[in-house]
Amino acid sequence: MEFIELKNIEKNFYVNKQERQILKGINLSIKENEFLTLLGPSGSGKTTTLRIIGGFETASKGQVFFNGLDIGKTPPHKRAINTVFQNYALFPHMNVYDNVAYGLKIKKFSKSAIKDRVEKTLSLVNLSGFDKRSVKSLSGGQQQRIAIARALINEPKVLLLDEPLGALDLKLRKEMQIELKNMQKNLGITFIYVTHDQEEALTMSDQIAVMNDGEILQKGTSENIYNEPKNAFIASFIGTSNIITGTMERDRKVTFLKTDFECVDPMPGSVVQIVVRPEDIEIEQTPRDRNSLKGEVIEVIFFGVNYEMKVKTGDFIWKIHSTKSYERGQFVYLFMATEALHVMEMERSL
Amino acid sequence: MKLTKWLSLSYLILMISFLYAPIVILIIFSFNDQEFGTIWNGFTLRWYQAVFNDRQVADAVRNTLSIGIIAATTASIMGTLAAIGINNMRKGTKKVVLSLSSLPVATPDIVIGVSLMILYVAFFRLVGAGSFGFGTLLVSHIAFSIPYVILAVLPRFKNMNPFIYEAALDLGAVPFKAFFTAIVPQLMPGIVTGFLLAFTMSIDDFMVSFFTTGSGVSNLSLLIFSMTRRGVNPMVNALSTIMFLSVLILLFIINLRDSQKLKSRGE
Repeated sequence: MEFIELKNIEKNFYVNKQERQILKGINLSIKENEFLTLLGPSGSGKTTTLRIIGGFETASKGQVFFNGLDIGKTPPHKRAINTVFQNYALFPHMNVYDNVAYGLKIKKFSKSAIKDRVEKTLSLVNLSGFDKRSVKSLSGGQQQRIAIARALINEPKVLLLDEPLGALDLKLRKEMQIELKNMQKNLGITFIYVTHDQEEALTMSDQIAVMNDGEILQKGTSENIYNEPKNAFIASFIGTSNIITGTMERDRKVTFLKTDFECVDPMPGSVVQIVVRPEDIEIEQTPRDRNSLKGEVIEVIFFGVNYEMKVKTGDFIWKIHSTKSYERGQFVYLFMATEALHVMEMERSL
Repeated sequence: MKLTKWLSLSYLILMISFLYAPIVILIIFSFNDQEFGTIWNGFTLRWYQAVFNDRQVADAVRNTLSIGIIAATTASIMGTLAAIGINNMRKGTKKVVLSLSSLPVATPDIVIGVSLMILYVAFFRLVGAGSFGFGTLLVSHIAFSIPYVILAVLPRFKNMNPFIYEAALDLGAVPFKAFFTAIVPQLMPGIVTGFLLAFTMSIDDFMVSFFTTGSGVSNLSLLIFSMTRRGVNPMVNALSTIMFLSVLILLFIINLRDSQKLKSRGE
């Protein structure tokens, strides 16, 4: 039995009197204590999926199971799930203490128990002593922490987070990513996290579900999604990559740019797309007897950690990350190891 | 240079005296120690004494205040609910309903008064019972007050985070509780302004009351009107002065609240 399970969830909305399908049959299972990220561009349906789990939307079709029970018709206030909303949604007419204490007051905890728990939770998010402050006087990062504290104080089994770090600056975002991940591990709560930031998803998640256009395209671990993207959309959405069209006549042999390459994949179809990550291409002065291509360096950019170079072979321009730099106009050989080539079925609409 | 200054100053004085002279004269003569005529005959408070000892006046005051308070309270509740509904409508419908519900503000009072009167007559005939009186007066005051509450409450939604209600539900509050702990406190400044506006309008109203009240039920403005028909009595002056001052104080409170709101938003 799965902890949370979505079965064939469909959701239709009326936009300008026209029915639009926002979710097209979502199937997703989430284990207890897992950090799952719904990753996708805006409009992909990830927030709607989250809102269905939280109970703020009902699915047009399909079922939501929580510990084996169908909770599709359970209202949000009866679910052991709490949410950290986009833009925090703190109560502006209450101070920090009353915001954090809200859930316990509703549940009629005693005053002293509430005081204890609020203090503990505030220290958990590093905001001890902020009790009497008005939430309007807090910075974005502090408001974020209060929103998390307000949800966590209820000791939910599941915490839903909708782009919680979207409004923070880069440095603070990185810090909060680590803090959130640690909190999730230490408290043993299932996190379902919505973001469009692929880097955020890769650093924090146990499992990532990549969404686009109301569908889950691929679900797997960070490494899995990064190294074995199922199609060109995922490959281009997660990290930078070279995507090239080629042909495959038999297993473990792929042809592109008029050159044969050895690879590790069996044949998914005769016309295929090949993904090569920029860091998996080696630039060399001399050709090898296999998996090697000649090209001309047309651009070199210094990035601090490494160089990004663009190398032209025929009509195709390769993006390559390397610590060594080469001169513009220089002719070089590109070596791609058999494991560096990832062959995918041709995507229909791209 | 001096001439233009002098001209502009005298124009200002002329304009202000044109606006306020009648009221100032009314206030002055409310202290005049003479039954008839407009000649000053020394200071007295006896007209005010008479006002406070008059049973008719006491009844009218009671009617005015109770109608004002009940009407403003009812209008505040109905108007707030209406504002929430309007806020949640889709854009097109929202515009139409908002215009429809704020139109009575711009409609002449006499039109509202006469149409309400016709409505009641038709209603009484349909039901076969009922008569004009306190009830009709109260319903009328509620009716013309609601738009003011809607117009005062609606702007409060603009700065509100749309997920606040859901956040309260998420934390375990039942919808009713979520509404009262998360939404209402944020609307409160608008609701109070709406209440005060409605109360002022109710005290202030003559036209609608004139057409919708029945025998024996008078509010202050109706009483003053009927007193003047029997000849101007200095008591009328005293009563009018009291009414003018109370409305003035109410408006002052409303304006003070508005300017405080602007200040707190400027922070």
